[in-house]
Amino acid sequence: MNVDGIENGIVLDHIKAGKAMLVYKYLQLDKLDSQVALIQNCSSRKMKRKDIVKISEDLDIDLDVLGYIDSGITVNYIKNGKRVEKKTLSLPETLTNVLKCKNPRCITSIEQELPQVFKIVDRNKALYRCTYCDTIVRNEELS
Amino acid sequence: MDNSARSIINILDLSTEELDHLMDLADDIEKNPEKYQDRCQHKQLATLFYEPSTRTRLSFESAMLSLGGQVLGFAGASSSSASKGESVADTISVMSNYVDLIVMRHPKEGAPVVASMHTTVPFINAGDGGHFHPTQTLADLLTIRRTRGSLSGITLGLCGDLKFGRTVHSLIDAMLRYPDNKYILISPTELRIPEYELDKLKAAGVSFQETKSLEEAIPQLDVLYMTRVQKERFFNEEDYLRLKDIYILTPEKLENAKADLAILHPLPRVNEISVAVDKDPRAKYFYQTLCGKQMRMALILYLLGLDK
Repeated sequence: MNVDGIENGIVLDHIKAGKAMLVYKYLQLDKLDSQVALIQNCSSRKMKRKDIVKISEDLDIDLDVLGYIDSGITVNYIKNGKRVEKKTLSLPETLTNVLKCKNPRCITSIEQELPQVFKIVDRNKALYRCTYCDTIVRNEELS
Repeated sequence: MDNSARSIINILDLSTEELDHLMDLADDIEKNPEKYQDRCQHKQLATLFYEPSTRTRLSFESAMLSLGGQVLGFAGASSSSASKGESVADTISVMSNYVDLIVMRHPKEGAPVVASMHTTVPFINAGDGGHFHPTQTLADLLTIRRTRGSLSGITLGLCGDLKFGRTVHSLIDAMLRYPDNKYILISPTELRIPEYELDKLKAAGVSFQETKSLEEAIPQLDVLYMTRVQKERFFNEEDYLRLKDIYILTPEKLENAKADLAILHPLPRVNEISVAVDKDPRAKYFYQTLCGKQMRMALILYLLGLDK
C-alpha cells in the first residue's frame, strides 16, 4: 500500500502497532480540516510492526499526551518535503486533562470543572498519581 | 517559616521539628493555660464541615475559644452554600476574606488540595473522606509521647480496619520519622494494610509483622491503636456486617497485656472496645481527645504566628 509523503506537516513514527487510533483520538485529529493518514501494521526493521500517523499540517501537538500513550514514538517535522526536526519522547512529569480519576470518592467526581492533574510516581511502571486524592493510575488504562 | 497562607493537608506537611515544637507547645499549654487564654483575641476561625463530625469540629471550636478567639462556620453541607452548588474553590476564596484561619472537613478526597490552591489564610484539613486527617495524628502522637515518655523504641499495635483507616496510615507515616519503633499490624485479610503503606515500612527498614490475632499480639505491645470498621467506607453492606465485630477488646483479652500498655482509639467507638475496658487505667482514648484539643490549640497558635 502506498501513502504519499507529505510536503509540510508532521509524521508520527514508531508508534506501537495498534496504538495509532489512540493517538488519533487523544490528539483530536478528527477535528482537523487537513489530510491525516493513519497507517497500521507497517513493517519495521526495529519493531517488526509499527503504526504511522501523517498529518499534513504543522500543528502544535501535545507531546505530553503523546509521550504518555507511547514514549517510543518519534515526532518528525516536515517542511518542503524534508525533515527539519526530529523529537523523541519521554513520559511527562505532569498530565493535565488526559486521564480521569476513577476514584468515586475523589473531589473531581463532583466538581467536574476542576482540571484533572496527574503526576508521575514511577517512570519504569508508568504510574501516575491523582494530585487530589492520590489514586494511582496505570498506563494500561490507555491500552 | 512563613505560615501566612500555609495549608496542612497531610501530617507529612509538618516537619519532625515542627511536630516536636507543637508537642512542646501543647505541653506548655497544659501547664500554663492562662498564658495562652487571650493569645487569639480578635482572631476568627472558620470551621467548614461538609459532613457531620461532632468531636473534631467541637475540638477545633473549643481550642479556638480557649485561646480567646472567635469561631464561625457550618456543620453539614445542607446548611452551606454547597447545597446551592457552590464549589470548594469559591467557598474558600470567600471565607479567606472573612477569617484568619480556615478548618475544613469534606467527604471527598482531595478537597483540601483545591482549598489550598485558593486560600489566602492558613488552612487545616480536618479530614477528607478516607484520605487524610492530620490533626487526629497530632492527637495520637501527643498521647503516645505523654503516656510513653517518647516517640521512639515503641512496639505499636494497629488493630482493625487497616485498609480504609486513614488514621492508621497517617500514624505510621508520622511514627516512621522516629527511630527504633516496631509495628504489629492486626487485621482480617479483607482489611489488610494497603501495599503502598507496607512499601513505606519496608523502605524504612523497620521491624513489622502482620497478624490476624489480637490475642497473640497483645503481650508484646506498648501501644495498642484500635480502629472502627467504618460503615461509610464500604460499598457493600454484607461485607460491613461480616467484618464489623471481628476484633472486640475486652478486659479478658487485656489480661496478658503489659501493665503500662496505652490503648488508643480515634473515636467514635462502636463496640470494638468493650465499655468494661474504660475503667482500666491503660485506656487512654478519652485522654487522647484532650491531647487532640491541646494539639489543635498549638497548631492554631503556630499557624497564626502567635506561638512565641
